[in-house]
Amino acid sequence: MQFFGAYQLSNWKDKVIKLIFLSAASTSVLVVALIFLFLGNEAIPFARDPGIGELWQSRWSPVSFVKESFGIIPLITGSLLVTLIAIVLAVPFGVGGAVYLSEIASKGEKEFLKPFIELLAGIPSVVIGFFGLIVLSPLIKQVFHLSSGLNAITGGILLALMAVPTIVSVSEDAIRAVPGYLTEASLALGATRLQTIWKVTVPAAISGISAAILLGIGRVIGETMTVMMVTGNAARITLSPFQSVRTMTATIAAEMGEVPFGSDHYRALFWVGIILLLFTFALVLLSHRIMKKYKSLP
Amino acid sequence: MFKKYRNIVAALILAALMTGITGGCSRNQQETGNTKSLTIKGSDTMVHLVTAWAEAYMKVHPNAEISVTGGGSGTGIAALLNGTTDLCAASRKIKPKEVELAESKSIFPKEFVVGRDGIAVVVNPDNSINDLSMEQLKKIFTGAYTNWSQVKGEKEKIVVLSRESNSGTYVFFQKTVLKKEDYTAEALLMPASSSIIQSVSVDKTSIGYIGLGYALDAGEKVKIVNIINDNSTDPVSPTMETVKNGSYPIARPLHLYTDGKPSVIAQTFIEFCNSAEGQKIVVETGYIPL
Repeated sequence: MQFFGAYQLSNWKDKVIKLIFLSAASTSVLVVALIFLFLGNEAIPFARDPGIGELWQSRWSPVSFVKESFGIIPLITGSLLVTLIAIVLAVPFGVGGAVYLSEIASKGEKEFLKPFIELLAGIPSVVIGFFGLIVLSPLIKQVFHLSSGLNAITGGILLALMAVPTIVSVSEDAIRAVPGYLTEASLALGATRLQTIWKVTVPAAISGISAAILLGIGRVIGETMTVMMVTGNAARITLSPFQSVRTMTATIAAEMGEVPFGSDHYRALFWVGIILLLFTFALVLLSHRIMKKYKSLP
Repeated sequence: MFKKYRNIVAALILAALMTGITGGCSRNQQETGNTKSLTIKGSDTMVHLVTAWAEAYMKVHPNAEISVTGGGSGTGIAALLNGTTDLCAASRKIKPKEVELAESKSIFPKEFVVGRDGIAVVVNPDNSINDLSMEQLKKIFTGAYTNWSQVKGEKEKIVVLSRESNSGTYVFFQKTVLKKEDYTAEALLMPASSSIIQSVSVDKTSIGYIGLGYALDAGEKVKIVNIINDNSTDPVSPTMETVKNGSYPIARPLHLYTDGKPSVIAQTFIEFCNSAEGQKIVVETGYIPL
């Protein structure tokens, strides 16, 4: 009888605890659903009037006495250009760093290097932006003989700094997860250490590394403060890294503050938010799939 | 046992206190019509000025409680429309659309002009340009002119710097200088006045506009351009006198708005702003008195 009572109590306790953890776990699902709902709710009236076609134009000029235009193409190309530059710069450093940390570095080196990489991840983006504005942008202007140092490449370099820690830590985990027998077999066959790293270990971890890169892209495309400070924010369609660009994130951050509530401009900004969300959503989904594939490796 | 629950008890007390505080706040807000607390929200341009006024006012009226927040002219006007602020500070006039919206909510904004603000056009100190006409400025900022040689300067590309489109200054400059035309798509939009100063001080070919107070504070870092009015040939530099007597063309009034007839405290506060003492603060904070 006593046993039964105790069993019942623990059963009841179990249920409560399970419920608490379940609600904790589903909060994020609920929040994501609510965000989608909220964004959609604010954005949809724009699709009816003035129509979704207004968004698919090449000029973003939301405050105008002549004609307000809400073309988001320059904002999308701006975000993509900055992200592309950042990733091209961050991948060699990030993957190279991860290879070194997991395969080559001695324990002491690793203990010295790791905190610095983590520290880099912890620097507030506004501080990085400030550094960019004061130090990097005049330098870029001088080196490339430009009329202004506020452009896509300055933003890209700073964002690369922010993407490196993400890429390093996720790729390092992926490389570490490569089964020991693969490297051992390679070394036993007479391959050098470098050959083993580039021909066996890295290819075996490639899906994890790609997931790391995608996560890095996600970090970069959503970054706001830094790009707002250093990219010059001129909304024009360009592929030149030496031109000023305006990103989706900077547009929302800069304009949301004083936009008249319920106006076309306000709703257009919500569309920018939706498109940005779709981008990051796709990235997360893609990296998730790749990660899953890599988990099932031999 | 007690130790175990101490944290929880502390958290509960804290929570109770916080609800008490917020409850108190909302009660205050409901009574603002006749008590001594006043909230002022709005223009970032004016936030220093309004804060200085509020501090001076509270020194004279120790019972008064004035809270000042920025956020931008549009934010302030929106707050006035939503009934979440008593006074709204705005560096631009309320738009007809906003008045319409207000009246539909039976709110009737009343305007008070409390000071003036000049807007200075600035270039790098190494730029050879000293004077620009309003027509030339318009052509530079709309993108019709793209090279300094077109305004008798050196043969170099013009880098146009503007504030972000959420800024009241952006809209005002567009209206007065660009004559309601659009800025060039090449213009770099800077998030703050300080970033315009920073860029102008390092980029020899750039041109931007900022509040006169900021421009004077920047000192040697930037060169303030003298403006030649339409129908005139004399360059005018922005100073207290030229803004006050209207000969400097790029100046705007600073406003406070209330809903309908101001409450007693709002009325006395506005009177204080327009008094000799209040206008002295206007000068001290870098703006132009009435």
